[in-house]
Amino acid sequence: MAMSSRQILISGLFLGIFAVIGTAFVAVTEDSTREKIAENERRVLLRNLHALLPPEKLDNDIANDTQAIPASVLLGTESESLVYRARFLGEPVAVIFNTIAPSGYSGRIHLLVGIYFDGSLAGVRAVKHAETPGLGDAIELQKSDWMRGFDSRSLNHPQSGQWKVKRDGGVFDQFTGATVTPRAVVEAVKNTLLYYQKNAKTLYD
Amino acid sequence: MNNDITREGLWRNNVALVQLLGLCPLLAVTSTAINGIGLGLATLITLVLSNTLVSLIRDFVRNEVRLPVFVLIIASVVTMIELLMRAFFYDLYLVLGIFIPLIVTNCAIIGRAEGFASKHGVGASALDGFMMGLGFLMVLALLGAMREIIGFGTLFAHAELMFGESAKALTIVFNDDYPGFLLAILPPGAFFGLAALIVGKNLIDARPKKKALAIHTLADTA
Repeated sequence: MAMSSRQILISGLFLGIFAVIGTAFVAVTEDSTREKIAENERRVLLRNLHALLPPEKLDNDIANDTQAIPASVLLGTESESLVYRARFLGEPVAVIFNTIAPSGYSGRIHLLVGIYFDGSLAGVRAVKHAETPGLGDAIELQKSDWMRGFDSRSLNHPQSGQWKVKRDGGVFDQFTGATVTPRAVVEAVKNTLLYYQKNAKTLYD
Repeated sequence: MNNDITREGLWRNNVALVQLLGLCPLLAVTSTAINGIGLGLATLITLVLSNTLVSLIRDFVRNEVRLPVFVLIIASVVTMIELLMRAFFYDLYLVLGIFIPLIVTNCAIIGRAEGFASKHGVGASALDGFMMGLGFLMVLALLGAMREIIGFGTLFAHAELMFGESAKALTIVFNDDYPGFLLAILPPGAFFGLAALIVGKNLIDARPKKKALAIHTLADTA
């Protein structure tokens, strides 16, 4: 049964009105929850940052002391990212990078990599990944201590050629049955150290 | 009528075990009981709200655009629920991730809107939404508990995600040295678990029929 163009117009208008009402409800909810959500995101960010740098080592507002750095192949980022700076009594202590390991088994692994002023690692934590439970997910600290193996390491320790998993001739353990995941993370951490080496002079500005 | 709605929603027409709808989130988030309960509650609230709203406007909505309007209502409700979760249950939101907005695609919700709420009064529709949601929640909770016990050896791990810090005491660890059973946590375990639940339900349903059949046969031979 054909509809007149008038009927079609009315139906369209009707749908449009519902769209406006629906959007209005969502907008009101968004407005009233915006602050609480931002507070939650800050809380989780600080929790992640403090996992790398115990609070007694710094006295600045690290979550807001940031520098925007452009996309970088070494950091695995395709767009601008933030680096967090930790200071104590005005002196630089450490920087924390948002690094991405692009070649995880199930895609990108988001890491936070903390590097002290002297170039040694404060630590590495995985904040987001889709690696296989029971295999690749050993990069989570709750599942295994493997990530702690990066603490205090640097580009001299081990030497550059040994910044690989054991299977590839390096010093880092791979997980039984899961080589791709640790390989990706080791490479990303090494690249982050290389980035730091190149840019150390400007990172604390 | 209300009795029927309750029975349909909880058992006879259970979303997950009979209608077999909403299986994507069902299989994906039930690795622990708390995750299953969390998503189940979000789905239940969505069902109640969307059924109520659809029923309220059922006499005003023009027939040609009714399905897009229903989807609009469902999408708005789910978006609001997601925002509220980010504000008040942020850690649980992080764990459930993409499955909260995916509630919009849960066929059970548009199914009840189109199949029930658009044809019944507000009270009945709200109750239907609640019972269907509760039936779904029960399956999510049960499957989540099963997979968690077999896969991790715990129950209600991370209860604090939903109930606050004091809920950490709710977590039961059955065996500190439990090696874990990976299959239960991975997708195949979800399929097996759901199959077991469906088999269980069908067996329970078959019992009275077998009894009636036996009595019938006895009566025939008398």
